[in-house]
Amino acid sequence: MGSATSEVPSQRTPLADAAEIGLKIVVVGGFGVGKTTLVRSVSEIRPLNTEEVMTQAGQGVDETAGVERKTTTTVAFDFGRISLNERMVLYLFGAPGQERFWFLWDRLFSGTLGAVVLVDTRRMADSWYAIDRLEHHKTPFVVAVNRFDDDPSRFSLDEIRQALALGDHVPMVDADARVRSSGKDVLITLVDHLYTQALSREGTQ
Amino acid sequence: MTRKPVDIGVPDRLYMVTGGRSEADNSLDLVTLIVSECEPTAGMQSEHTRILDLCRHPTALVEVSAELKLPITVVRILLGDLIDMGKVSARHPRAAGSVAALPETALLQEVLHGLRNL
Ligand SMILES: Nc1nc2c(ncn2[C@@H]2O[C@H](COP(=O)(O)OP(=O)(O)OP(=O)(O)O)[C@@H](O)[C@H]2O)c(=O)[nH]1
Ligand SMILES: [Mg+2]
Repeated sequence: MGSATSEVPSQRTPLADAAEIGLKIVVVGGFGVGKTTLVRSVSEIRPLNTEEVMTQAGQGVDETAGVERKTTTTVAFDFGRISLNERMVLYLFGAPGQERFWFLWDRLFSGTLGAVVLVDTRRMADSWYAIDRLEHHKTPFVVAVNRFDDDPSRFSLDEIRQALALGDHVPMVDADARVRSSGKDVLITLVDHLYTQALSREGTQ
Repeated sequence: MTRKPVDIGVPDRLYMVTGGRSEADNSLDLVTLIVSECEPTAGMQSEHTRILDLCRHPTALVEVSAELKLPITVVRILLGDLIDMGKVSARHPRAAGSVAALPETALLQEVLHGLRNL
């Protein structure tokens, strides 16, 4: 966390007073894949960060040598915000997909609309774990391939789908996390997917 | 106010802020919107003062946590106290199974509409 607490609140842009519905979308992916960049490019506020800490006896998660008998699990994440209308505000969370993060998933991200798995094709294996956990938690997701300029490979989305062993039902999209319109497209792809799923569920009821 | 931010993971500091309790109000989601119902008063715990200042406009729990530089769990405890005292109110996300909740498709359509208008 930051080294000093300023008593002057950072210039905050408050939400509309009518805001009543908070929604969540989570962006997960390996280190340096562009999560914060994506959040920043679509957020109406400068991304903020915070963390959750969980202290528990036993359970060998992320044990830090010599620190007490209890295990402390700390997960840091950043987030941005999009006011969708006067009533609805969408929070976008950027979170590392490492093991201890999934340990706190239910505490932090239950009820999330869905997730974006951000992939760097030079390090595709970094996203296997996240995809596996999302499937386990039955969280709908899309895969966004963050195309870095210095990546010579230019795998096609089909090739990436195969490499990630993704089913045909998982939407994939090319992205440049630095570009607002691209970040927006990624979110629309996800919500479109959720909408289609919800429609077919309502249709079969 | 000279108190330093809570040292994450060091129980003594968390203890100071929360009065020694560790049971957080888990009905409070990251995106539950908090709204102040009163002004801070002199002698109030400094974290309570800051929350009441911050939540003059609706503010999500996670933003309170980021602004106060306190972990989510600690903020849940602080907010639970303020709710019990009637000093803030909480607007819970629709997920909580509310009967009046929009059908999912209608909600998602509103989200899509909002995103397309960005
Ligand atoms: N060329 C290019 N660079 C990018 C893109 N997205 C992010 N970057 C750069 O990649 C670096 C890492 O991006 P971040 O957004 O910090 O990645 P992150 O996933 O949040 O990283 P961690 O939080 O450290 O795991 C930064 O220097 C970005 O400017 C992209 O689409 N194209
Ligand atoms: Mg980051």
